[in-house]
Amino acid sequence: MLKVKDLNVYYGVIHAVKGISFDVPNGKIVTLIGANGAGKSSTLKAIAGLVKPKGSILFSDKEIIRHPAHEISKLGVALVPEGRRVFINLTILENLRMGGFNKKISELEPLYEKMFELFPILKERAHQKAGTLSGGEQQMLAIARALMSEPDLLMLDEPSLGLAPLIVSEVFDILRELNKQGRTILLVEQNAAQALKLADYGYVLENGAITLEGEAKGLLENDEVRKRYLGED
Amino acid sequence: MDLTIILQQLVNGVSLGSLYGLVAIGYTMVYGVIRLINFAHGDIMMVGMYFAFTGIAMMFLPWWAAFLLSMLASALVGVIVDRVAYKPLRNASRISALITAIGVSFFLENSFLVIYGGVPKAFPIPSVFNGAINIHSVIFPNIAIITPIVAIVFLLILLFILHKTKYGMAMRALSFDIDTVRIMGINVDLVISLVFALGSFLAALGGIFWAMRYPAINPLIGIMPGLKAFAAAVLGGIGSVTGAALGGFIIGVTEILVVALFPALAGYKDAFAFLFLIFVLLFKPTGILGEDLERGRF
Ligand SMILES: Nc1ncnc2c1ncn2[C@@H]1O[C@H](COP(=O)(O)OP(=O)(O)OP(=O)(O)O)[C@@H](O)[C@H]1O
Ligand SMILES: [Mg+2]
Repeated sequence: MLKVKDLNVYYGVIHAVKGISFDVPNGKIVTLIGANGAGKSSTLKAIAGLVKPKGSILFSDKEIIRHPAHEISKLGVALVPEGRRVFINLTILENLRMGGFNKKISELEPLYEKMFELFPILKERAHQKAGTLSGGEQQMLAIARALMSEPDLLMLDEPSLGLAPLIVSEVFDILRELNKQGRTILLVEQNAAQALKLADYGYVLENGAITLEGEAKGLLENDEVRKRYLGED
Repeated sequence: MDLTIILQQLVNGVSLGSLYGLVAIGYTMVYGVIRLINFAHGDIMMVGMYFAFTGIAMMFLPWWAAFLLSMLASALVGVIVDRVAYKPLRNASRISALITAIGVSFFLENSFLVIYGGVPKAFPIPSVFNGAINIHSVIFPNIAIITPIVAIVFLLILLFILHKTKYGMAMRALSFDIDTVRIMGINVDLVISLVFALGSFLAALGGIFWAMRYPAINPLIGIMPGLKAFAAAVLGGIGSVTGAALGGFIIGVTEILVVALFPALAGYKDAFAFLFLIFVLLFKPTGILGEDLERGRF
């Protein structure tokens, strides 16, 4: 579904992503793990079209590297950004409407229903401002908002950030469920243990380069990963 | 002072204030989405006046057609100004865009000076807007009654657009965060163009009613009302549409009442809007309805 080749992201003189390559096969969950500043967000932003990278990004065999962000979204890529970034000055329903901006009016109602089924808390508060939601609820809204476009590829940037462990499990359960329904997922995480347990395949990103990759189960057993990302000796 | 005179002046002030409000909305919306004080916005008022003048006095269109075409053409001018002058600077420092806005202002003023000359033109007032009505022997000019009604109707239409249409919602979302709006599949440049179109449409409307109030128009006529509308936008809380409308009413009413109550100070009337602004900002730096300057909420 997604094939990234020799991806480079520069911010002026800073070389944030240094020629990485990875694949996200159809129907799988792939995770990129790495420490602060490793280049995880830059990679997702490059795929989403928010930064102008060099290299090649094939989405369903189509080169999307020079496409503007809104066109990439229309092709079927959705990003749940780091820090959730829900529109706090809009209501929950309006946030969902923005997520489904390019949907026909007749398609919206069933989609809202689907989201409310997945995240019942959003239904109760549909007409409240998103700013009144707790961090965990905002994360749910951010995921629901991304799903409103019915993307083929769902990308999430550190969805566990700042959430209590119980809420993190809840979010990850939902991702597992979405994947079971056939959604392809690219997950960026610092929470390596949770991410590797969920994912099929994983890549370790360090200083903008991929240093390790493999089946997620294998990485969980890997000594290097255990030491550096799972806090074990 | 006589109560009837105060009443007349109040109506007059509300009428003037609604014009400031109409223009202030454009300042506040553009600031809300791209954090730019569009100093050329007052000149769009002037553009609207000349377009309407051209429609009525030179092309002999019916007044309503001339007004509508003028507002649409002014909206287009606003969009073109953004595309040509501001869009290339979207990622530049804010001060560059601000200086560019001042440049655009000079450009519009001088272009119209070249096209229409510096001699003031008499704005043809359609007869419906002339005359006055007499309520219990208090006389109100028609225009003073019609102006606030028109302003409120358009304010309500604008609020409807902002809250009930997807492009309006996108404008409000944009005032919070541009990149996140992009990844929703929304063409941000198109939304920004629509903001300029709406703001300029309303500025032209304000300009046309201004011209019917003070029917001698010249290419520099947009400067002072533009500045006062800007003061109104800041007073109401820049970024807030209802704040802009409210700020406009407050400044208009204050200006008229100060002159009515202290005729000796009439020569300083233009200073009052700004004095009032300074005074309010001393106590509430974000303006009346403003909360956080870095966060949109219109
Ligand atoms: N807009 C920017 N301008 C300049 N440098 C940037 C910018 N964004 C990111 N960087 C730099 O690029 C590098 C990678 O940043 P990135 O945000 O991709 O890391 P990350 O892996 O997502 O980190 P975190 O876990 O903290 O979110 C960092 O060194 C960062 O300082
Ligand atoms: Mg990050």
